[in-house]
Amino acid sequence: MRPIKTLQKLYDEESQVVITEKGSPPRALFSGENFLLEDLPVGTRVIFPRPPMAGVPNVKAAIRWAINHPEGMDPLHALLRPGMKLTCVIDDISVPLPPMVTPDVRQTILEVVLELAADSGVDDIHLVIANALHRRMTEAEMRRMVGQKIHDAYYPDRYYNHDAEDPDGIIELERTTHNEVVALNRRVAESDLIVYVNVNFVPMNGGHKSMGTGVTNYASLRAHHNPKTIRDSDSYMEPKSSDLYRKNTRIGTVIDKHLKVFHIETTLNNRMFGAPLEFLGKKEEDYTEGDRLKLQAMRFALKRTPRAAARKIFNSVPAPYDVTGVFAGATEPTHAKTLEMSWKQYSVPVEGQSDIVIFPIPFVSPYSVNSILNPLLLQVMGLGYFFNLNRGIPLVKKGGVLILLHPAYDEFDPVQHPSYIEFFNRLLPETRDSMKLEHKYEREFAENPSYVHLYRKGNAYHGVHPFYMWYWGENGRQHVGKVIVAGAENNHVPGLLGWDRTDTLTEAIEEARGFMGRSATISLLRIAPTLLADVKL
Amino acid sequence: MPAKAAFYDVDGTLVKTNIVHVYAYYAMNRGSLLGMAGRSLTTAASLPLFGALDVLNRKVFNEFFYRYYQGLTEDRLLTVAEDMFEDVLKPALYDQSKDLIAEARRSGCRIVLVTGALDFTMRPLARYLGADELIANKMQFVGGVATGKVIPPIIEGAYKANAIRDYCAREGLSLAHCHGYSDSASDYAMLAIVGRPTAVNPDMRLRSLARAYNWPILDLK
Repeated sequence: MRPIKTLQKLYDEESQVVITEKGSPPRALFSGENFLLEDLPVGTRVIFPRPPMAGVPNVKAAIRWAINHPEGMDPLHALLRPGMKLTCVIDDISVPLPPMVTPDVRQTILEVVLELAADSGVDDIHLVIANALHRRMTEAEMRRMVGQKIHDAYYPDRYYNHDAEDPDGIIELERTTHNEVVALNRRVAESDLIVYVNVNFVPMNGGHKSMGTGVTNYASLRAHHNPKTIRDSDSYMEPKSSDLYRKNTRIGTVIDKHLKVFHIETTLNNRMFGAPLEFLGKKEEDYTEGDRLKLQAMRFALKRTPRAAARKIFNSVPAPYDVTGVFAGATEPTHAKTLEMSWKQYSVPVEGQSDIVIFPIPFVSPYSVNSILNPLLLQVMGLGYFFNLNRGIPLVKKGGVLILLHPAYDEFDPVQHPSYIEFFNRLLPETRDSMKLEHKYEREFAENPSYVHLYRKGNAYHGVHPFYMWYWGENGRQHVGKVIVAGAENNHVPGLLGWDRTDTLTEAIEEARGFMGRSATISLLRIAPTLLADVKL
Repeated sequence: MPAKAAFYDVDGTLVKTNIVHVYAYYAMNRGSLLGMAGRSLTTAASLPLFGALDVLNRKVFNEFFYRYYQGLTEDRLLTVAEDMFEDVLKPALYDQSKDLIAEARRSGCRIVLVTGALDFTMRPLARYLGADELIANKMQFVGGVATGKVIPPIIEGAYKANAIRDYCAREGLSLAHCHGYSDSASDYAMLAIVGRPTAVNPDMRLRSLARAYNWPILDLK
């Protein structure tokens, strides 16, 4: 390794964008359950996340202040009446990533809200997890999320997962002006007051999406979880460019017309790694000798650890996020404040697009907590989420090349992702066309009684979920000219996904340059922690 | 969407029993004390043999096993079948079996039970579950007395698959859109013939087959 003193001269310490020079250090990059240490070509633009913002000094005080000074609504205590029906709807385990150290902020919010409700004589309280068509959370995960005390008092009769397939558990409200179905969990729809307990991880979460997608059913989700809506959304993260957001707003407006929903939204900083792994959030130029040794030791150990064991270890390391803001009240004004805070943490200004963009893909996605990042989830991480981590325009030019770093292993979790296995092995060999998949197969998977049963009684994602994952990558697929997965350990996974593969990142860059020309510009999104590129032309 | 059906094996799939339990119930309800004792003891003594035959060859097992019904009268069997359903089958139903069937019905499937058990023993269960059709073995009766022989073809293994294929052809159902549910590798043919097979509480061999073919695996409770 090169001495640190020479490295520090080469970059602007304040900037989150570093241009690789001859003496730049190699980058520590996620590749599934492993780390690559890669030298990048001179001139490569490396985009780093912002350092974690300071958290609020007292989270409970911030929550109390927010619910006493809400946006566009009366304070929470003024909405509570003895004998009323109160339902707290809670974001599921898909956020934040990785799960946060306990106490989870949802627990802290519930402790405040439930205490206030008890003091106001409200006894009829249910806690419903807004898991939509995601898997049911296990009892252990549910306990961890709200803490032992709340779990003991409410589980399982009054603290449970939403069931989108319960024939008696869903109520349809009036349709939107565009004839979209607005269906909601019966208990939620029949409540006098709903408190939505949100954790905002990226700007796509929260707002009207919380209720509109969290406690609804397949019929309602079909209105916006479809390839056309995705194609009409320029960025998932920016409301004004997102058709998904517009449709959610229409649905949410109907919900707000019929029900009283008090949102409590929270933003987190991006302190994704605790003490032993904290260096992973730093620029490599700032690594100390100790950091470099830790990285080498970790790579040495991971190389010798079976993948399943490494996965287990990673999944058991929670993230010490700090709460940066708590906002409460009516849907839209509350969410506007949340978005502002979210951009403050994640936004990194970037000048212009690149011909080639490199995404290191980590071990976890919103849909693989305590599970496996299977090939479809790898696809959604690359072409869905990372591709959309921007405001304005994508980081990669139209027709450009995306390079993903991941082993692209052919591994699926039959407990959590049973329908993914059939989708990947049966449907993708026939077609990768989202429109065709939607038209020909979506309903069949959605209504397959085995998948419905596994969703309702097991811990499986709904039968239709792999379709959503495929649609989520639609923007990326339509935009890029080529995807190369560097370090793929087999040919058939990249082949079925329609990608090229190479053994190393260097080979992938060579191939990408062959495709885009020798003078192609290269950017690397040095993730995780999370960042959003604010691309200006 | 073409018309479709969900085919369910019964023993071990929807209920925790197998046909030996059912026969044991008949043996216990023989009427006379001597007959009851005789048949119960014979049944108990034969259990290891049943087990071995079942593992070796389900068809041979069935043929062998049904001989135990020889000499029982039809009206007696029908009467006891109703009691047997209440006493043996209903308590042995997995709690989630009815949900699974309701989910299939909601998706537009006809419900068909396909079992190697005798039809009269399964009829009350089929009625209880709201099944549209029961495909089961039929005992031969001469003068109202069981001969111990089953009218061929015996419904088991590959013949279950044939029965399903015939049923779909007769009813105009799309086999490729049909669902099949079984717990045993001996029903491999039945599962392989439908477009949407699912292993339910599978034995070891079926579990590995299901993994190999990417069939969903359900664990009913």
